[in-house]
Amino acid sequence: MNKIGLIILREFLSRVRKRSFLIMTLLGPILIAGGITLVIYLGMSSQKDHLVLVVDKAHLFTDKLKGTEKVHFVYQADDISDSAFKAGPFTELVDANEAILENNTIQIFYKELPGLSVQRTIQSEMERVLEREKLRVNHVDPEIYAQIKTALNIQLFDIDNTGKESLEQEKAGIGFFFGYLIFIFIFMYGVQVMRGVMEEKQNRIVEVLISSVKPFQLMMGKIVGIALVGLTQFLLWIVLSTTLISAGSALLLKDKFDPKELAGTPMTGQMQQRMADQAAAMPASDDVKLLRALGDINITATVAMFIFYFLAGYLLYSSLFAAVGSAVDSETDTQQFMFPVTIPMILAIFIAQMAVTNPSSPMVFWGSIIPFTSPVVMMVRVAMGNAFTSPMDLLLSMSLLIATFVLTTWLAGRIYRTGILMYGKKVSWKELGKWVFYKG
Amino acid sequence: MLRLEGITKTYGTFTALDNVSLDVPDGVVFGLLGPNGAGKTSLIRIITRIAMRDSGTVQFAGHPMIDADVLRIGYLPEERGLYKKMKVGEQALYLAQLKGMPKGEARTRLRAWFERWDMAGWWNKKVEELSKGMAQKVQFITTVLHGPKLLILDEPFSGFDPINADLVRTEILRLRDEGTTVMLSTHNMGSVEELCDHIALIDKSHKVLDGRLRDIQKAYGTSIYRVTFDGQLIAFTHALWTGAELLDHTMHEDRIEARVRLMDGTSVNDLLAAVMPHVRIHGVREEVPTMHEVFIRAVGGDTPLEGSKGLTE
Repeated sequence: MNKIGLIILREFLSRVRKRSFLIMTLLGPILIAGGITLVIYLGMSSQKDHLVLVVDKAHLFTDKLKGTEKVHFVYQADDISDSAFKAGPFTELVDANEAILENNTIQIFYKELPGLSVQRTIQSEMERVLEREKLRVNHVDPEIYAQIKTALNIQLFDIDNTGKESLEQEKAGIGFFFGYLIFIFIFMYGVQVMRGVMEEKQNRIVEVLISSVKPFQLMMGKIVGIALVGLTQFLLWIVLSTTLISAGSALLLKDKFDPKELAGTPMTGQMQQRMADQAAAMPASDDVKLLRALGDINITATVAMFIFYFLAGYLLYSSLFAAVGSAVDSETDTQQFMFPVTIPMILAIFIAQMAVTNPSSPMVFWGSIIPFTSPVVMMVRVAMGNAFTSPMDLLLSMSLLIATFVLTTWLAGRIYRTGILMYGKKVSWKELGKWVFYKG
Repeated sequence: MLRLEGITKTYGTFTALDNVSLDVPDGVVFGLLGPNGAGKTSLIRIITRIAMRDSGTVQFAGHPMIDADVLRIGYLPEERGLYKKMKVGEQALYLAQLKGMPKGEARTRLRAWFERWDMAGWWNKKVEELSKGMAQKVQFITTVLHGPKLLILDEPFSGFDPINADLVRTEILRLRDEGTTVMLSTHNMGSVEELCDHIALIDKSHKVLDGRLRDIQKAYGTSIYRVTFDGQLIAFTHALWTGAELLDHTMHEDRIEARVRLMDGTSVNDLLAAVMPHVRIHGVREEVPTMHEVFIRAVGGDTPLEGSKGLTE
């Protein structure tokens, strides 16, 4: 086996065999799946019971508001003093004034700020009762009103692609998720490269090694080996997370969420006709839109781009991390060099966030071209599909990224070569610059 | 084995080596000496191709040295260590494979070494579980395992107790007898005298001395002889002439020891012929300078010739 292969193998095996790798691999999906399940669970169940006292001065609401499992309504016609409310068992006090039919206003007094779901329950129930009352006062037939009442659906279409409803926002969100993954991975594994280099330097094994292999081989072997660890972990996470999430949501949502039921949501005839050729299409909530956006994205191309930008971005940054690791003696010395390496990455996340809401801004364009931010930012444009409609941008971004990682790897190799043999010296930026130009 | 010519190496404005030439013969233990910061490590790193020379040539086993020759070198650096979390056996195999050995062969040879040095139980231990001396033993084995033609040892005895140091010393001599050329860099002048056939001394990026150990010691010899005799000191003194000078003497119970310097052109025979009629000689011994003295004098700027002059005053 050739030497760089041996180095890659050792770097890979020594990490994969560690107990911490196993723990992270198992714990990661459990945390992710657990987190998602918890959010769903918390979203479904309000934490505690609410006893809402409605002071019904207009005599409109008494016994007409429908409570929920957690929200219960109690009524009285007369005002209650603040102290009596405080002393009483009620959690919220709703003041429905006499002129509510004209001013459409209520006031809620609370002991602890009620959650949004509680507020919505109060609001929608009282709106319902008020509407009924107004219909009655104005002699309008409730059935006619139901026909009049309109919930307008907005569907966006790209003029170049009128066949399908536009889901730009949702796609951008998915792209941001991919970009964020790249960000996390570059950081996690870039720092591992740095630690690995420092370990070899602190162990004093590095001079033994480079009497057998070239420093550049040693550095690249480490970088590639750790990339393989990252990909392995990533793959295991995907497999485990999907299994866990689907198991968890099946368990939690089996009676609350039924895709068939959703698909059966009533549609107007016209709409049904328009969408007959789109199996997944339905006028529905944001979640469903997200699912449809996912179906709408060019998955193969996006995954291919994800792998490209992940690897190229990782190569770019990990070589810089390797250079930092080689230049210092201990972890505490890394900070002055870590800062400039970290800043572009943080910037990339900001720009990517911007891309979700405003994908055509010049900031996003440049962010997706400049190699230090492009791995994160371009993923948003890739998922939105706008990277494919302007292939010149994509080509430019990709070739710039390749050129830059070749350059940074070369630079890092030169710093690394000198740095690993340098002990007990506080290194400055100027010093690093000098190392690059040392001969041989 | 190894011939360096006109090696120069600079780091920025700092000159680490200035036009250094060396000739390391086959099958000897070659001592590379010099004070800290003289350029020894730079020289070794150029030989092991860790650093590149600015100018000069390196001949290895009769041909201009190429990258592949590195595999025929075993290098034990002064700054050395092992992966702490890796198992001893696995790590030694890894290092051997990096030197180009097939895994199976490396394993067989390692087992043999472990057997010989009573390390059989260490194979699956992590390096962090070993004492410093134990780790040094592992490190020495990994350096010589692939049977290098040229072995470069930088302070090989540091971290060893006297027993293990002897073990290593024996091993170095055995390897030399089997045809390995050993380059030994150390500050321990005792080991130099004991092991080295040739030495070179580097100071302030220049080579200041180079040659066979015995020749160098002779060149730094002070022509001082210790003569022990039985009889009158005054008779001994009267017997001396301009070719021999009495430096000092020590009275023992039954004999006297006199330190006599012989001038150029005077032999021990002449001295004995002069004093024998007057006293009873017990013995004559030449004062050979220790490497310690040679080192200090050479680094102090003393050349062998000046050495003899300086002491006549």
